[in-house]
Amino acid sequence: MQRIGVFVCWCGSNIAAAVDIETVVQAMKSEPGVVYSTDYQYMCSEAGQGKLKDAVKEHGLTGIVICACSPRMHEATFRNAAKAAGVNPYMVEIANIREQCSWIHRDRAEATAKAVVLSRTAVAKVNLNTPLTPGTSDVVKRALVIGGGIAGLQSALDIAEAGYQVDIVEKQPTIGGKMAQLDKTFPTLDCAACILTPKMVDAAQHENIRIYTYSEVEQVSGFVGNFSVRIRGKARSVKADICSGCGLCMEKCPSKKAKDEFNMGLNNRRAIYIPFAQAIPNVPVIDREQCIKFKTGKCGLCARVCPADAVDFEQQDSIIEERYGAVVLATGFHTLSLEHYDEYQYARQPDVITSLELERIMNAAGPTGGKLLRPSNGKAPKSVVFVQCVGSRDTTGCGKTYCSKICCMYTAKHAMLIREKYPEVDVSVFYIDVRTPGKNFDEFYRRAVEDYGVRYIKGMVGKVVPEKGRLLVRGSDLLDDSQVALEADLVVLASAVEADASAKGLATLLTASIDTNNFYTEAHPKLKPVESPTAGVYLSGVCQGPKDIPETVAQASAAAVKVVGLLSKDKLLSNPCIARADELLCSGCSNCEHVCPYGAVSYIEQELRIHGRNQIRRIAKVNEAICQGCGACTVVCTSGAMDLRGFSNSQIMAEVDALCR
Amino acid sequence: MHNSSCTVKETARKILESGQAERLLGWEQDSSGYNHAPAVFKSAGELDRFIYDRFCGSNLSKLLARLREAEGRTAVLLKACDRESFNLLVREHRIDPEQVHRVDIECSGMVDIEKLRNKGIKGIREITESGDELHISTLYGEKRCRSEEVLLEKCLSCPAVSSADAFDAVGQMEERSSLERYEFWKEALSTCIRCNACRNSCPVCTCEQCIFDNPRSGTAGKASADFFEDQHFHLVRVFHAAGRCTDCGECTRVCPQGIPLYLLNRKVIKDINELYGELSLEDKELGKGALTSFSFQDAHPDIIRKRTGDQ
Ligand SMILES: Cc1cc2nc3c(=O)[nH]c(=O)nc-3n(C[C@H](O)[C@H](O)[C@H](O)COP(=O)(O)OP(=O)(O)OC[C@H]3O[C@@H](n4cnc5c(N)ncnc54)[C@H](O)[C@@H]3O)c2cc1C
Ligand code: SF4
Ligand code: SF4
Ligand code: SF4
Ligand code: SF4
Repeated sequence: MQRIGVFVCWCGSNIAAAVDIETVVQAMKSEPGVVYSTDYQYMCSEAGQGKLKDAVKEHGLTGIVICACSPRMHEATFRNAAKAAGVNPYMVEIANIREQCSWIHRDRAEATAKAVVLSRTAVAKVNLNTPLTPGTSDVVKRALVIGGGIAGLQSALDIAEAGYQVDIVEKQPTIGGKMAQLDKTFPTLDCAACILTPKMVDAAQHENIRIYTYSEVEQVSGFVGNFSVRIRGKARSVKADICSGCGLCMEKCPSKKAKDEFNMGLNNRRAIYIPFAQAIPNVPVIDREQCIKFKTGKCGLCARVCPADAVDFEQQDSIIEERYGAVVLATGFHTLSLEHYDEYQYARQPDVITSLELERIMNAAGPTGGKLLRPSNGKAPKSVVFVQCVGSRDTTGCGKTYCSKICCMYTAKHAMLIREKYPEVDVSVFYIDVRTPGKNFDEFYRRAVEDYGVRYIKGMVGKVVPEKGRLLVRGSDLLDDSQVALEADLVVLASAVEADASAKGLATLLTASIDTNNFYTEAHPKLKPVESPTAGVYLSGVCQGPKDIPETVAQASAAAVKVVGLLSKDKLLSNPCIARADELLCSGCSNCEHVCPYGAVSYIEQELRIHGRNQIRRIAKVNEAICQGCGACTVVCTSGAMDLRGFSNSQIMAEVDALCR
Repeated sequence: MHNSSCTVKETARKILESGQAERLLGWEQDSSGYNHAPAVFKSAGELDRFIYDRFCGSNLSKLLARLREAEGRTAVLLKACDRESFNLLVREHRIDPEQVHRVDIECSGMVDIEKLRNKGIKGIREITESGDELHISTLYGEKRCRSEEVLLEKCLSCPAVSSADAFDAVGQMEERSSLERYEFWKEALSTCIRCNACRNSCPVCTCEQCIFDNPRSGTAGKASADFFEDQHFHLVRVFHAAGRCTDCGECTRVCPQGIPLYLLNRKVIKDINELYGELSLEDKELGKGALTSFSFQDAHPDIIRKRTGDQ
């Protein structure tokens, strides 16, 4: 029989205000195994921990139940305190009577009753706890960064600078991400390429960085300190090691009808192409869907003109298998597709464009050579209307409920740049609110209004109607309480930021979690903002939530520090809550092996004596160094042969029984 | 492929005489004439008892798991519906394919004696067939009926025999409200007598010790005490069979109470087919089941919320 001590924490008034502490303390006194039950204002304080240690000595406690906040907050604190008092840390259980009780109930009687139930459930579990001892595992001193935008590049550079190896996996043919498509950047209006390309070059030349472009992560197994990853490098159809990047092939390619993704489809590119001049690597890729050789078997002009003989139509995907100690997710974003926003006529009117398209139009290397021209007729516009929050802060269900955070700033940037270069053009902006917190940000926006004469109209646009070759923008002016109709030659929509489509699948692959908008969730929104809840997986850039470049870079460096901290360790303490199969019950079906995300289960032929007879049976064996205690195997094991230490089937049953009592 | 009863028996004889296998798993003539049980034949001489006719519904593949310890190879006769179970058992290492001489036999559908009886046909002595008609000689004279009217439930949607859609009945069930479904199952399962025939005949249920028989599992329960117990047993079994059940139809065939257990299993199969792609156990390379593997094509778990409309 255990000798259990129960400690009920008030958490100041956090718990005590909703739960009658004394009732809980008294109720626990009659629970099986409990020899001591008490309360304290702040159990996590030095004094609270001291109380625990004293009680262990005085009452000879073998098990401890802390009724307090979520185990995510202080489980480690109390385990350490128990250890210091000579009790195995795994003999401690937490009953969460704060997040799961006092914070969510108003009615005191109800909250108190629930606190009692949660506490006795923890007692029921501790009665079946056994002391556990963690082992250790090695740390592979290499990091993987998924996504080669500014976030991924910054994280990789910082990790590499600290002396560790980093691999970047980028699914596009080049690194750079969205920032490479931008023209000038707020708040300083320096050119994006001028500040991004040096970083791209640094990454490409760094001796600790390897870059896999046109590649994707296909499979992940393992755990913090030791992930095994399979990367598929898609066939470029051009041998990267011998291509000199001369570009002759691209000049000769007769297939010219593919939409140029880098220029947001505003012009066409060849089937063999390099996305932009500063692309890294400077090696073309053949778009096999567009290539005439792949479609009809004829052509091959590029191969004929290539002086290096680098074109290879037969090239296969390559598979790279590598081990990593840490993974950084930096998969960035997309802008919301506006095909379905009929009111803005985006799909029908070429002069209704998105802000990212405008970035390309304004860019000297873009489809118009940097001249502001209407896509419909190539003429200069006289009036430009911007619409903010298209698909953002949208509660109608078509768009996103959140604020995309960057649109107010880049719209002010666009408006200002246009007024600066083309003072004769009228510029108006429809907005719901202007949100420009940030260093020098509000000043930036006010400059647009005060110095550049941009007309800001508070209100949403109801409709865009084509009229006599121009566009009539109908909206409301809420401050003036009137309806407005503006004639425009160009309408620019600030479409919402949304997480990359691959985020969901990657989250499943890495057991990292995502929120309802597919942005990766952080381990703690305030205190662990760059860690994912999965140990060894870190978050960098817009994949965690909308943000601008300064914030992205800051977060990327923060994630890098976490990675460096991890890689600087030689060994990690491993979790002792691992699985084990009962050989008499195991039927060797392999289901646990299949479901184990870490590849921890293998099989042995074991001779067993069953009903007085010797039998050779196929039995599951869990590799203790690899098992992470996720418990997937115990769920799939029909006969209940597989059991998890610290969370055994019998412990869980006892908890359920205590809950239902 | 071997069709008629005689050729199947001939094949069995050859296997045993030539020593291709030490023993053969087949069906043994039953005195009633319509309840042939699985049996092991160790020599050609024993084949007098052998039978293969319209009443050999039972699935032999599961018995291979019990013969694992036996010396030498075992030959087994597999109807179309039994083959997938065989594949499952191989995949789950319950049988060693090296130790098995597998013989695929043809089947034109097995007869459900209850359906015959319900047609008032009693005292059966022999059944012959011509076209899609059965000629039944009984103690009370010759009777005839169309074979599809008296086939076992599992044969009605067997691609080898019929073109009916196995999931029609599930679709109809899905259209009912959750309350109606609850009432339906409450009534259907309340007749369960916990004879365990469904589990004992199920090729999925080859656990060394079933949780319902293990006093330490905390879930052992043998009696059909109340509706909770009935539900508990059947729902646990459905979940244990999820992603593994091959729809061989044995549970439904053997249930003395006529409970439509196939509906539960087919609902799971239908969902898996829709969410993860069709179940194929032939695919040895894959090895993994729909519920024990992950691919990017898999439905995201939030599909559950979407499907139940519970946003
Ligand atoms: C119109 C517009 C104007 C803007 N103007 C400014 C500005 O002036 N100033 C400013 O500070 N910010 C601006 N921003 C914001 C800025 O673009 C972002 O903050 C920045 O690009 C975020 O970088 P990132 O690396 O997180 O994401 P991204 O730039 O999206 O990079 C992510 C990278 O990951 C890759 N990737 C995605 N999924 C995978 C996968 N599964 N496997 C491998 N690779 C993958 C992508 O291909 C991409 O290369 C603007 C944004 C827009 C839309
Ligand atoms: S799932 Fe259970 S029975 Fe099957 S191999 Fe694993 S431990 Fe054994
Ligand atoms: S608990 Fe089971 S499934 Fe999870 S890692 Fe350990 S062996 Fe694998
Ligand atoms: S019911 Fe479950 S535990 Fe019992 S034999 Fe079948 S699969 Fe195994
Ligand atoms: S065979 Fe029928 S009666 Fe017997 S346990 Fe199964 S469902 Fe119940």
